[in-house]
Amino acid sequence: MQTLEIRDLAVALAATPETPIVKGLNLTVRSGEVHAIMGPNGTGKSTLSKAVAGHPDYTVTNGDILLDGKSILKMEPDERARAGLFLAFQYPSEIPGVSIANFLRAALQSRLGENENINAANYYKTLYEKMDLLQIARSFTSRSVNEGFSGGEKKRCEILQMSMLKPAFAFMDETDSGLDIDALKIVAHGVNTLRGPELGIVLITHYQRLLNYIVPDYVHVMFDGRIVKSGDKTLALELETRGYDWLKPAPQPPAAS
Amino acid sequence: MSANETYISKRLFQRHLDSVGRARLPEWWLDTQRAAWDAHLGLPHPGPTDETWRFTDTEAIRLSGFEPFPTADLLGALPAGQLRAPAPVKPPPGVVYCTLNEAIAKHADLFRAYFRARPAALGGEKFAELNAAFAACGAFLYVPDGVELTTPLFARHVLNGHNIAAFPHTLVILGKNASATLVEVFDTEYGDRLLASGVSDLHAASGARLTYIGIQNWGRQATAFHSNATSVAQDANVTTLNLHLGARYARHESHTRLDAPGGRAEILALTHADANRRLDQRTLQTHSAPDTYSNLLYKNALRDTSKTVFSGLINVEPDAQRTDAYQSNRNLLLSPDAEANSLPGLEIQANDVRCTHGATTGGIDPEQAYYMAARGIPPETANALLVEGFFEEVLGKIPERPRAPVEATLRAALARGGR
Repeated sequence: MQTLEIRDLAVALAATPETPIVKGLNLTVRSGEVHAIMGPNGTGKSTLSKAVAGHPDYTVTNGDILLDGKSILKMEPDERARAGLFLAFQYPSEIPGVSIANFLRAALQSRLGENENINAANYYKTLYEKMDLLQIARSFTSRSVNEGFSGGEKKRCEILQMSMLKPAFAFMDETDSGLDIDALKIVAHGVNTLRGPELGIVLITHYQRLLNYIVPDYVHVMFDGRIVKSGDKTLALELETRGYDWLKPAPQPPAAS
Repeated sequence: MSANETYISKRLFQRHLDSVGRARLPEWWLDTQRAAWDAHLGLPHPGPTDETWRFTDTEAIRLSGFEPFPTADLLGALPAGQLRAPAPVKPPPGVVYCTLNEAIAKHADLFRAYFRARPAALGGEKFAELNAAFAACGAFLYVPDGVELTTPLFARHVLNGHNIAAFPHTLVILGKNASATLVEVFDTEYGDRLLASGVSDLHAASGARLTYIGIQNWGRQATAFHSNATSVAQDANVTTLNLHLGARYARHESHTRLDAPGGRAEILALTHADANRRLDQRTLQTHSAPDTYSNLLYKNALRDTSKTVFSGLINVEPDAQRTDAYQSNRNLLLSPDAEANSLPGLEIQANDVRCTHGATTGGIDPEQAYYMAARGIPPETANALLVEGFFEEVLGKIPERPRAPVEATLRAALARGGR
């Protein structure tokens, strides 16, 4: 059982550290749990996931992120990934000329010791098993990472990577954005397949739609950089009928000058 | 260095001639080498105002104190694994595949008809003459009309030692409708201060198909010059790929001539520059006949404080209507201290042509770097992977059989880089 604990976290763009986007957020995720973070655009949902994954454009100005009790704030993004964090990107980058098979192989190799080498036969066996499980055609592996992919293919590529890299905690940033209903179902199938006692998932989503296919254990609503309400899956349904406005915090009185 | 300074003493040239005599090579060859020596002496060391040496620090090219020493030439078929020991080969009747000296001794008529018949001459003439004066190593391939070599051939030229200079000269002649693939590696296993001045001239007669891959992998302290001229006859199809992986300073000249209608050439190069290495490439695509095609793609990956120069010209002569000619130089800067200089050029004298030329220089996209980091890939590995990806567009144009061992050699060089 592993734990990811976000404590009183404040995050800003590195260029403007005096203007936080995430403003004191608390969240604890344990292995096996699926959390959904919902909220209107611009409330800091994506910023939260980027800060957890160590994006260089963002800076943590307060609070801490603890993986099994140890702070990860001083770790480089690649160290965090090897420690067990995974971010499924909203807009995954294209890597021309690098095949998915070679890319994943390098990612797995980087998790081994100096003198350990990936067994190529076992690697391909595992890769093909995961692809079958996620209903991805074999020809996919020789394509360049995300290059010329449709929105749905990009998201499937993210989920394939997640299944191969076996993270302890995965943040899925707007995984449903830009997907038609068929692609959404395929992605949801992937996530449901990977769901299990070893993996903690944080789904970041704008719409309730994804939660028709992936049923979360917990739902949190984010507003203006904070979680303003938490509940179980029924909260998502309530949001569907009532919208977000009823959760909007009362405007802060202007600071005394 | 003064303009007329000799790189190698007259005494050493005399000693070279003595060894040629002892090898019982014919008198015409001695005359050829003497004439080249005189021509070499008559040409100045390139200077800072020479247009063909623009961006090159010619004063930094220190060339005295070398002793000529031929490369060890290992010839055979392309091995399946590493590009070291050639596999045994038994070419079909009529095909000649041998060392340079054997070609001079046994195939004089053929050799003399093509030897330096149409040199590249893109500014490095002084070094090409030096090559002709001392040439005693290299490979010779002749494929007669209509013969198709299905096995790719392999030549490895090895230069090991200190303060020595080698002058490999390779000549490839394909008859009408002949086909062949040759992979040539210029290698150093140990040694520091080395000089190499090589020539690889390729001749494809009408309807011939040639794939030539040259891998410059000299020691990291070497100074290397190389001159390549490619002649493409009617309906011939030639692909050349040059990899620049070694040397402290290397200059490669390549002149491709599209001589007759239907001739096609893919002209490719990949450069991996690291440390404070300097890699210099000068190209010319001459279209002198109508309905010809050439496509040049040179990609350079630069690390550390390395520096590259690309200077290329497409020359379309008045008769060469309906020419398709392209020239592209792409530079990937992996370090803010690296410097890529690019001088693409066009000179079009015909009015019905399709020509483009261009150069781009850019660094790694930070979002790409972050994406790879987010998968746990450390920055060094990520850079190597991005360079491999950057090179893939070029390697993808090479047939499968020679590509695999070439990729392996390239990967080894990338892994070695940045250390």
